[in-house]
Amino acid sequence: MNNDIPILRLEGIVKTFPGVRALDGVSFNVLPGEVHALMGENGAGKSTLMKVLGGIHQPDEGRILIAEEPVVMTSPIQAKAKGVVFIHQELSLADELSVAENIFLGELPRKTFGRVDWTRLYAETDAILKTLNVGFNARTRVGDLSIANQQMVEIARALTVDPRAVIFDEPTASLTDAEKVVLFDVIADLKTRGVGIIYISHRMEEIFKITDRISVLRDGEYRGTLVTAETDEDKVTQAMIGRSLDLTRSPLQHEMGDIALEVRGLECGALYQDVSFSVRKGEVVGFYGLVGAGRTEIAETIFGLRAPSAGKILINGQEVRIGSPIEAIRLGISLVPEDRKGQGLVLGMNCRDNMTLPQVDDMTAGPFLANGAEVAIFDQYRDKLDIRTPGWRQQVGNLSGGNQQKIVIGKWLSMHPEVLIVDEPTRGIDVGSKSEIHNLIRELAAQGYAVIVISSEMPEVLHVSDRIVAMHNGRITREFTSDEVTEDSLIQAISGIASDKVA
Amino acid sequence: MTKENLIKQGAIWAFIAVELIFFTVMGDILSVTSKSFMDFENMLLLLKQSAPIGIIALGMTIIMVNGNIDLSVGATFALSAVVLLDSFSWPFMAAIGDWAIPLAWFFALATGLILGAINGLIVWKTGVDAFIVTLGSMLGYRGLVFMYNGEQPTSHLNWTLVDFAELQFLGLHTATWFLLLTALGLWLLMTRTVHGRNAYAIGNNREAAVNAGIRVGPHFLINFMLIGFLAALSAVVFYSESGSVNPNDGTLYELWAITAVVLGGTKLTGGYGSIVSTLGGVIAIQLLRKGLGHIGADTETVNLVIGLILITVLFLDRQLNRQGKEELKT
Repeated sequence: MNNDIPILRLEGIVKTFPGVRALDGVSFNVLPGEVHALMGENGAGKSTLMKVLGGIHQPDEGRILIAEEPVVMTSPIQAKAKGVVFIHQELSLADELSVAENIFLGELPRKTFGRVDWTRLYAETDAILKTLNVGFNARTRVGDLSIANQQMVEIARALTVDPRAVIFDEPTASLTDAEKVVLFDVIADLKTRGVGIIYISHRMEEIFKITDRISVLRDGEYRGTLVTAETDEDKVTQAMIGRSLDLTRSPLQHEMGDIALEVRGLECGALYQDVSFSVRKGEVVGFYGLVGAGRTEIAETIFGLRAPSAGKILINGQEVRIGSPIEAIRLGISLVPEDRKGQGLVLGMNCRDNMTLPQVDDMTAGPFLANGAEVAIFDQYRDKLDIRTPGWRQQVGNLSGGNQQKIVIGKWLSMHPEVLIVDEPTRGIDVGSKSEIHNLIRELAAQGYAVIVISSEMPEVLHVSDRIVAMHNGRITREFTSDEVTEDSLIQAISGIASDKVA
Repeated sequence: MTKENLIKQGAIWAFIAVELIFFTVMGDILSVTSKSFMDFENMLLLLKQSAPIGIIALGMTIIMVNGNIDLSVGATFALSAVVLLDSFSWPFMAAIGDWAIPLAWFFALATGLILGAINGLIVWKTGVDAFIVTLGSMLGYRGLVFMYNGEQPTSHLNWTLVDFAELQFLGLHTATWFLLLTALGLWLLMTRTVHGRNAYAIGNNREAAVNAGIRVGPHFLINFMLIGFLAALSAVVFYSESGSVNPNDGTLYELWAITAVVLGGTKLTGGYGSIVSTLGGVIAIQLLRKGLGHIGADTETVNLVIGLILITVLFLDRQLNRQGKEELKT
């Protein structure tokens, strides 16, 4: 196999987005008939790299070679024509259309006068569906299918052409075990046909079951390729996380108070089930898991944005019903949302107005807003959180990510909460500001706030948390104290491997 | 077809049936006129009267399925009508006798096609939202109508044309035939052709369509040309008979068309809708107008009732489409 010409080779791919070097000189190759795993933490650049390969992004530097011929791919259709098929992680389907139309989207078979050749379309689709062994047919409306079946439709798209390389981006995220078996059969079949497969997944068990080699990315950099048969989970984990990591927890230690927030058996339909945990005053509890594990949804439920289907929420030992964010705020709960720019800030408004937004109803002098009081609040939290801005008139959109996040945090602190939930506090924030935000979170806990930090970044969770709750597939798999946690056990807990060791 | 789909597509026809029964019964009770509402002649007339807005509404369905909207159809309608009637007085047209008729139709339809193409090109090339683009062109095209002939009406009565417009072939009026043939043509376009299916895909999930390599712009252009053409066709059908156009004719037609489309169940966000249901929506509105008149209500009441029904329909649609209890509250 090693004597073959690589079907796909990347050379020194560099891709920058404004302010971020998403990919920094990535090179690797895929051989025909090989399943090549691509691993890395969230944000390590896997998805960006695959978008470059799939023709969605253009690389700033570097070359892509298919069968040793340099190619430039400017659109997904071009990539597909060259035999590179990308199966998206996010479902990219039109749910009002039939399965057949989705599978052949953009290349429906035609008759004269631009008419759709329905007979051929349905026949070809049913033939593809048969190899996938699914329980629906070509005429089913995609919106009526389960998420898992929609994922199968997405996979079926790869089989419409004779592919040379297929990229699977977390294909099993929503599949059941039985459906996984079918998917692995499909992959095995592609493999025997000499197709090169790039397989992205966080799940170690799958990686070790089906892949031949593993390439690891970290912070947009290529960290080497391992032969699956000659390595083990520990080595891969090390390559993913790296040793340079600052694993020492912030030295700031302090007393903890009573339980501020307790959740018992909380459930919200299919999103998450049987979630129980508690947070003390002065404690930071980290929630770690893969995207889609249900962490954000729990936060949204506690903040009154979703109605739970079962379970209790207790504040200071009293059972409460939280029907809306207004009630949550009144009970002393604040949520710093995941999407800072979309959900946390009004980008076109100035710093002061953003900060006083939740309480602006109460800050009036007669019929008008009390300007002075608003500025006073802004000044107080600017000093407290060390927000660097030319003045309160500055539009929030012009601030750096770190300062924007501080404005959001300041906004909620000014409401005097007892429980502060922070969802992905440092997403898209540069390294320097990251540690500032981390220190800020520790300090807030020291002042007696109960803090929940939801994060997809392992160093962050390890760094700021007193306790860590690991989630997998809508369930809490394990709870760690900061003393007992190790990266390996944490990765295993969120991958669902250690489900027998449920705490 | 699933049960849910059947309810959605059958709803408008059930609504029409309810209207028919309601107005027949109420008409008898109130006995404002001696004529029965469900009179055959009356129904034929109803179809004829719904043709002008109906033809536009059918085109609007495609635009809205595609995820766009066209507010300029009323102005396009008026400008095409002006071109149609004015062209008869052009010297070379007067010289060729009745051969002027197809030529005048051609000029009017070409006007609509060009105006639609302008809309489509702007939406395609600038990426500006169709709502804004056609809001602008609505004002602009109306301005052209006034520039053409000032505040004066444009008139030309050609008796051959009037005879043709008043013809009843197989019992149906000429205008009704145009409405039905347009519906048939567009239904075939939307269900049987690649262009139609791609239009659904674009409106449903634009990113997915782009990822699949569908070129969105050309589809937009074709659809805007189509609705421009249909607005002109609507003008041709209507003014062949009336022979006189006021510069303010066709005002609010865009809103009536959108109302009919929405009543027929087409999603405002695109990706879902059907030509047949829009035809139902058009008939339902015309029935409502005629029916309320039949039981003695005045025009103002008609508009109020239609407005209320529209909001009720959208509310019911929202309830039907809710994602259950897990949904994120907004």
